[in-house]
Amino acid sequence: MKLGFSPADEAFRAECAAWLTAQMNGPFADIRGIPNLCDAIPRRKEWEQQLAAHQWSCIGWPEQWGGRNATLAQQVIFAEEYARAGAPNRINHIGVELAGPTILAFGTEQQKAQYLPGIAAGTAIWCQGYSEPGAGSDLANVKTKARLESGEWVVNGQKVWTSLAHYSDMIFVVARSEEGSKGPKGISFLLMDIDQPGIEVRPIRQMNGEAEFNETFLTDARCAGDAMLGARGDGWKVAMALLAFERGVSTLGQQMQFRNELDAVIDAARTHGKAADPVIRQRIAKAEIGLRLMRYGALRMLSGTDPAAIDGAALTYKIQWATWRRDLGELAMDVLGQAGEIADGDHDGWGPLPNMYLFSRSDTIYGGTNQIQRNLIAERGLGLPREPRGEL
Amino acid sequence: MEFAFTDEQVMIADTVRGFFAEHASSERTRAAMAASGTAAGIDRALWSSFASELGLAGVGLPEDHGGAGLGMVEFALVAEAAGSKVAAIPLLGLAMVGRGIAAGGSDAQKSQWLPRLAGGEVMAAAAWADGLRANDGRLSTTLNFVPHGGAADLLLVYGGDDAWLVDLKGDGVAVTTHVTMDQTRPLATIVLDGAAVEPLADGRAATMAALAAGWICLSAEALGGAQETLDRTVAYSRERVQFGRAIGSFQAYKHRLADMMVEIEQARSAVYWAACALDEGSEEATLALHAAKSFCADTYHMCAGNMIQLHGGIGFTWEHDAHLFFKRARSILTLLGDGQWHREQVARLIMGAAA
Repeated sequence: MKLGFSPADEAFRAECAAWLTAQMNGPFADIRGIPNLCDAIPRRKEWEQQLAAHQWSCIGWPEQWGGRNATLAQQVIFAEEYARAGAPNRINHIGVELAGPTILAFGTEQQKAQYLPGIAAGTAIWCQGYSEPGAGSDLANVKTKARLESGEWVVNGQKVWTSLAHYSDMIFVVARSEEGSKGPKGISFLLMDIDQPGIEVRPIRQMNGEAEFNETFLTDARCAGDAMLGARGDGWKVAMALLAFERGVSTLGQQMQFRNELDAVIDAARTHGKAADPVIRQRIAKAEIGLRLMRYGALRMLSGTDPAAIDGAALTYKIQWATWRRDLGELAMDVLGQAGEIADGDHDGWGPLPNMYLFSRSDTIYGGTNQIQRNLIAERGLGLPREPRGEL
Repeated sequence: MEFAFTDEQVMIADTVRGFFAEHASSERTRAAMAASGTAAGIDRALWSSFASELGLAGVGLPEDHGGAGLGMVEFALVAEAAGSKVAAIPLLGLAMVGRGIAAGGSDAQKSQWLPRLAGGEVMAAAAWADGLRANDGRLSTTLNFVPHGGAADLLLVYGGDDAWLVDLKGDGVAVTTHVTMDQTRPLATIVLDGAAVEPLADGRAATMAALAAGWICLSAEALGGAQETLDRTVAYSRERVQFGRAIGSFQAYKHRLADMMVEIEQARSAVYWAACALDEGSEEATLALHAAKSFCADTYHMCAGNMIQLHGGIGFTWEHDAHLFFKRARSILTLLGDGQWHREQVARLIMGAAA
């Protein structure tokens, strides 16, 4: 067990810190520190491409596909320095952290050559076509249908909560390809171009006023017959493996965003005269402790070779961070007082902390609600009997 | 950077878990609980085999002075295993006094005491006191709530720039063991009336090391205890049937167990982060220790309380072990600084003192 970084790691830190700081103080100063996901989209696409041009867009990937084969320590360092420099949230998070690793794991060589370069270059932004109106927590209940027609998949159905679909180039879709199948069997994992007549994206306004997610309608939408990961009808396995990447190295970048948010709460406590309030100090200390434990939990999850130990940290990670951030949002509003309830302009003009407070109510829902997480922890982590299921 | 146990650490963990599972049975712990006077709350046979047969009492103490070397990560593995069985042994005193002497003692003091502590010949306790002054090598004061003070031979008085060793069998020492809620670590009042004391060479270093070791010990015990309450409750929930189903299949029940696991996994990160930071002399070590002590104590108390609730009536009986965990958890909450105090230390580290 060892927490310290080697001299080579520290040299790597200096290298990426220098580059990132120069970018955020220079050509990309205009998008430094922007908090939400929907602002300055064209500039953020340019930023993805700038990262790619200097081989920083997907450092954990193999060199062959534009990465650096970065070690865990290097990925930790990059995430830390990325946030320290104030670089914005990655608009291609879903491509780099979810689609890419899944294609690396399940794709043929031809598929890798077809899809990975666009992600690495920041020219193909991806989104995730999972949830449907009737398939939320019960994802295996997807009704979107795919049929093969003259060697092409033809897809009909509706996806919902499709984050960033309105800015994306590609979407991966879980669709029922086997007529009459139910549940996890008979689902295929398809890779589709968004820009086609059969796909219509309608933004949904969220309770924080902005529209980061969408409804996505597929009406005779098409993709090639081989634009599919895994075997036909066996896509559930791929879909679940992708979710495991969500708990991977990408968590480190997310934690650095949390770090910045907690620092903003501490600053707000100072400017709002709450820094000496013993109750607020207790809550800030709790938040600090929770954030540190999140970091070391993630490092255990990513360092370990003992699958049982990794499972424990990994299974509990989602509910841990989601609950932590919801609590941080409540703390932020208590620190701000009524000033936190005043928007600048319209109902999407919230400052970063009130916006985080509102947005955090989605954290305990998307990617598996806290209640679903508890079921998973109890059934997979503790081996308890499964909840009896109704008829499909 | 590799935040995972080495093969050697895994081996130590397996060994100590096996040792306490075999020897620290509920029957033996309860026999120690029922004893009084200097035998109260001590399983001497367990302590003796822990120290001499396994050589585990020397973990975390320097090899030059009869210790086993290794560090606080390895010590935490030991304390976690001991805590999981609520073992009635003076591990806290050993950790605090042994590490205190190793950090602040002269070579002569280390040679004199460390081999005997590591060998289990001497049992030690530690007591915090602030602003004391010795006169001609003698100390007069009353020390309250000293864990395992009744069983100990050697006392470390620490708490500021000075620290002293006191022979508890010597003149001018009166020890009263109290009937204590956690009967596996009874608290004693020690009155020193002109008792001969020996100052440690560097009292401040001894104080800091004793506290750090104590916080690691309590955090790791809490982690082990919390995990055990979860494991035992999971086992029970799979056997116990109501409404025609194992009660562990009900969401109201299993979600509570899941919440325990979420806290325990964080407590595990806390213990080994703090222990590793301490071993590496990291600048994060102080924050990590305060985080670990407060978080692990809260986790243990929550889990032990849930254990009682989730067992129903049987969990409230004297016969069932649930109250052993609950009472140990209660005592850890307060020992060596309560959660509010530790969190205020964290607040000071990140945002300065309250103006």
